[in-house]
Amino acid sequence: MTTTQEKKAQPALRRSGDWARRAPLLPALVFLIIVTQLPFVGTLVISFMNWNAYYPDERGFAGFDNFARVLTDVTTREAIVTTIVLTVSVVLISLLLGMLIALLLDRAFLGRGFVRTMMITPFLVVPVAAALVWKHALYNPEYGLFNGLLTGIFGAGAPQPDWVSTMPLTSVVAALVWQWTPFMMLIILAGLQSKPLDVIEAAQIDGCSPFQVFRHMTFPHLRQYLELGGLLGSIYIVQNFDAVFTITSGGLGTANLPYTIYQTFYNAQDYGRASAAGVVVVIGTILIATLALRTVSSLFREEGSR
Amino acid sequence: MTATVERRTLTPSEAAVAPPRRRRSGTFLGVLAWLIGILFVLPVVWMVLTSFHSENDAATNPPSVFAPLTLDGYANFFGASTGASPWPPLLNSMTASVVSTVLVLLLAIPAAYALSIRPVRKWTDVMFFFLSTKMLPVVAGLLPVYLIAQGIGMLDNIWLLIVLYTSMNLPIAVWMMRSFLAEVPVEILEAASVDGASLTRTLRVIVMPIVLPGIAATSLICFIFSWNELLFARVLTATVAQTAPVFLTSFVTSQGLFLAKVCAAAVVVSLPVLIAGFAAQDKLVQGLSLGAIK
Repeated sequence: MTTTQEKKAQPALRRSGDWARRAPLLPALVFLIIVTQLPFVGTLVISFMNWNAYYPDERGFAGFDNFARVLTDVTTREAIVTTIVLTVSVVLISLLLGMLIALLLDRAFLGRGFVRTMMITPFLVVPVAAALVWKHALYNPEYGLFNGLLTGIFGAGAPQPDWVSTMPLTSVVAALVWQWTPFMMLIILAGLQSKPLDVIEAAQIDGCSPFQVFRHMTFPHLRQYLELGGLLGSIYIVQNFDAVFTITSGGLGTANLPYTIYQTFYNAQDYGRASAAGVVVVIGTILIATLALRTVSSLFREEGSR
Repeated sequence: MTATVERRTLTPSEAAVAPPRRRRSGTFLGVLAWLIGILFVLPVVWMVLTSFHSENDAATNPPSVFAPLTLDGYANFFGASTGASPWPPLLNSMTASVVSTVLVLLLAIPAAYALSIRPVRKWTDVMFFFLSTKMLPVVAGLLPVYLIAQGIGMLDNIWLLIVLYTSMNLPIAVWMMRSFLAEVPVEILEAASVDGASLTRTLRVIVMPIVLPGIAATSLICFIFSWNELLFARVLTATVAQTAPVFLTSFVTSQGLFLAKVCAAAVVVSLPVLIAGFAAQDKLVQGLSLGAIK
């Protein structure tokens, strides 16, 4: 039964051409446009409105007021700076660490697979759970592991800093670096394992030092993987909510934009201003995203030329 | 360039000099790798160890590593003594993750097929559109979603999360599946069509066996991302549809008396992801880099 149907279907498919090709694509495309694009249009509209759920009577058109308030408001401006500092430091540190660890793991040694598995583990702990463990089990000044180790090493008189209070942003950055270094390491390791081995071997035999090999061969090959890791990492970390929410609850100057927007919308119920801040985040993300797309399309070109 | 380089074998003198030097630095770097690996896994090990300690042993300074092990932390977490049961949130998370993963696959596989094996015109533009939706910060679309859900009475409903998680993971899945489908050699497909094999038969006999591991990896990654999600769940659910990460946020202000319980909670909620992640280790990178790296 099926065979006769398919014989008929085949030429029909070829004739109908484009639409038969597009058909399998459409459900996904339509679904995604409705669920992701329309809400953003909504955000855009609300960002130009006076809309606070606590004052329903004052709803109306606001022009650029929300944007002006967002950009002049000290809290939001601090949140923008915090977001940049947080994202840049987490991405750069985890990228650098990730690269060094990937270089170590690219070599053969006893138990390499096991070390790799240990390295990946931080990335596999649910982000809220990881942040909770850092907050309560590691950073806590009275019974946390860090101060416990200090006591264990230096005795009863050891310094017992209150990590989260004295260095709030650094505490968040450290926890995030711990979670994201494995991600960078995995991408860079994939890059390392795709490098042309024969050329590097030849260079070694011709007397190039390990550093020369790294500087002139490995690193240029790795560049696009570093870029990809950095840009994908930025996209995820700009949006970070879990760690800020859990470790400091946005206090002590660690509130980034996603957390501030969440606050403005969820607690202050100021829909207009939350939306304007959301639009600001999108504009910032578009800048990063444009770079990311360029990197990915260079990977595409490589695939095409293969 | 590669072709012109002549592969030389080591001369005896080179062979005598090179290996010992490499072996000595190799041992050192191997030990260093082990140390870093242990350092990175230490917080997780500490989390697991603390979860098996009694509350008194968990909250000591210096830490009591060799304290007797107990299941009290888990018993407390699962509601033997205090607090709400974690079972409904865990079941909600499982439902949302599994159902949205199935929906993602149903939408993504045909789409990826249309973008790789018989690509539509301007397929790269479509790929970039999918990717761009991933770059739109979640928080920027949250409010309208909240207002619409409120309007149609879908707040605190697990189906709302399922729809959102499907849209969140769909672009990743399309990118991953495309890269897996692109690995199917076109020659085989052409040969099959010359031999008169039907489209469904070709898909079933040739394409499916090649992409099945890819489908498995894609599913695992979608599952992990849905399971981990906090912001949507926190804003859009309350009591009925609460997920496991939201349940965890009730421990944010916990004090020392509950350290073992907090760690037990973190272990239980992380367990499905840890299992899925270790299983998909090799494919993880491909998923995380949206299939751009093989």
